[in-house]
Amino acid sequence: MAGSTKNRGYAVYLVPGLVASTAVIVVPLVMTVYISFTKWTGIGSPRWVGLDNYTRLFGDANFWASFGHIVLLIVAMAVIPTFLGLVLAAVLFDYVAKRFGDRWASVLRSGYYLPQVLPVAVTGIIWGWILHPGYGALDRILESAGLGSLARNWLGDPKYALFSVMAVMIWFQLGYPIVIFMSGLQRIDPQLYEAADLDGATWWQRFRKITIAMIRPELYVVLVTTTIATLKIFGQIFVLTRGGPSNATLVPSYFAYQNFFEKAQVGYGSAISTVLTVLIIILATVFLRLQNRAERS
Amino acid sequence: MTVTPSRASFRARHPTRFLILALLLVLLLLVVAPLLVVAINAVKSPADYAAHGPLALPGHLHWKGVVDFWNRVDFGLKLWNSFITSLVVAVLGVVLSVCNAYALGVGRVKGRIWFLVFFLIANLLPQEALVYPLYHLSKQLGLYDSLFSIIIIFTVVQSAFGTYLLTSVYTEFPKELLEAASIDGAGRWRALWRVVVPVSRPTLAVLFTFFFIWTWNEFFLPLIFLISNDNQTVPVALGVLQGDRLMDATTTSASALIGIVPAMVFFLLFQRTLTRGVAAGAIK
Repeated sequence: MAGSTKNRGYAVYLVPGLVASTAVIVVPLVMTVYISFTKWTGIGSPRWVGLDNYTRLFGDANFWASFGHIVLLIVAMAVIPTFLGLVLAAVLFDYVAKRFGDRWASVLRSGYYLPQVLPVAVTGIIWGWILHPGYGALDRILESAGLGSLARNWLGDPKYALFSVMAVMIWFQLGYPIVIFMSGLQRIDPQLYEAADLDGATWWQRFRKITIAMIRPELYVVLVTTTIATLKIFGQIFVLTRGGPSNATLVPSYFAYQNFFEKAQVGYGSAISTVLTVLIIILATVFLRLQNRAERS
Repeated sequence: MTVTPSRASFRARHPTRFLILALLLVLLLLVVAPLLVVAINAVKSPADYAAHGPLALPGHLHWKGVVDFWNRVDFGLKLWNSFITSLVVAVLGVVLSVCNAYALGVGRVKGRIWFLVFFLIANLLPQEALVYPLYHLSKQLGLYDSLFSIIIIFTVVQSAFGTYLLTSVYTEFPKELLEAASIDGAGRWRALWRVVVPVSRPTLAVLFTFFFIWTWNEFFLPLIFLISNDNQTVPVALGVLQGDRLMDATTTSASALIGIVPAMVFFLLFQRTLTRGVAAGAIK
């Protein structure tokens, strides 16, 4: 009891934060969920329609397509960078740093991390230009190398657009897992590696048995944060393709944006946002559970 | 005696050694190449580009593309908008995070776990789930198309992350320091500013850096809230011009370059804090 009286004076410090979060987060979130059960153009008052938006959503090919694209983008933004990043971090940490010096490892790390510091919109501009069919650099380079037959309308052809976006996203994301994993690797006791070396383990065996086991917490964090980032992707899609051509790169957040601000179907847009929010919260909960269980064992 | 065999094995590994380094350098080149291509074409005249293509170095430095683009979008003003927004959000975001974390981490107020879950979820929410009501409400309050709306929203969103991170730091805060302060007659307010804040300054610097850069890079909400030219931030000003008929190879490169340069400056300025921060598990 003494403890709780002692701590009473602290609650007042929480007031500004709670008031601000209520105004900016709680109220808008509740409103979005409410609006998702209505038909509303943004003007006048919303009309209650029950589950209509949701039944329409689950029958909408564009909605399913947008989540299908997200699955492929998760491969490009979460799966490939995580595993490539893990191998690269391990190589930089216990091969390059040991044989060529820390300087090399940290220069390479900074270089790979570079795309991560650029504003998303700017990365979109860079690649939008490089991949442009008219004045883009890539097709010009291919032509001058005599490979003109490989030149494509990378972002404008529905067959290639999503794959081009995926390639750009791998480029953008790779540095993040490398930096996280390299800092996690510093926790590993060098004696473990020495023991493995004495036992005659190859680099690959050591990587699988020691590195991956020790770095598991970071592995979880990176996979879940990059997956959530993928579910929210908007900026690159807006600048690179605006969801086109013919919805080939449509993603949920851009789909919601279209309904809010281009089609004035605010109820429908809110239903999309609500589904996206529920998915993200489920993902985060599953992750926290897994993390707790891993910590306990 | 032990030197000879190890040297032999060292030499035997030489080919693989350099093959691995070469592969890593090729990958580095692939990652950096787009930025280099942008840089050399931003300072090239359109005629030079037409004649020699994107990979040739510019015949002479041609700054006209950059200068023209700068003037066309009034880039100085966009830089100022981005700078002032990011700075205010970073300062207010840190202050708000400190207050929240002081109550939750040091004060351990009742229900702290639930407050933490709340801030964690607030940080994870997609902005799409908040955007329309925020847009609607800000119009009614007369805050639409004003930097104030963006500053308020991002201060809250960033501080949700800051609260979560800082609370875990403050939970471990040395009790002796707080007790010493209270023996000296310091109340909670003085203990916060005289003891807690100075001791946690390195973490606060990391948070400040993150908030500044994240806010600078934000695109979605500024795109919706800042519609007039005078209020646009750098990413919005550059982002909405893509696909414009006036854009060509050298102009687009010039626009990308002036978007890259400030980000690179921050990266160099904050490099230490950033790597330390990412390493501390400060993740978004």
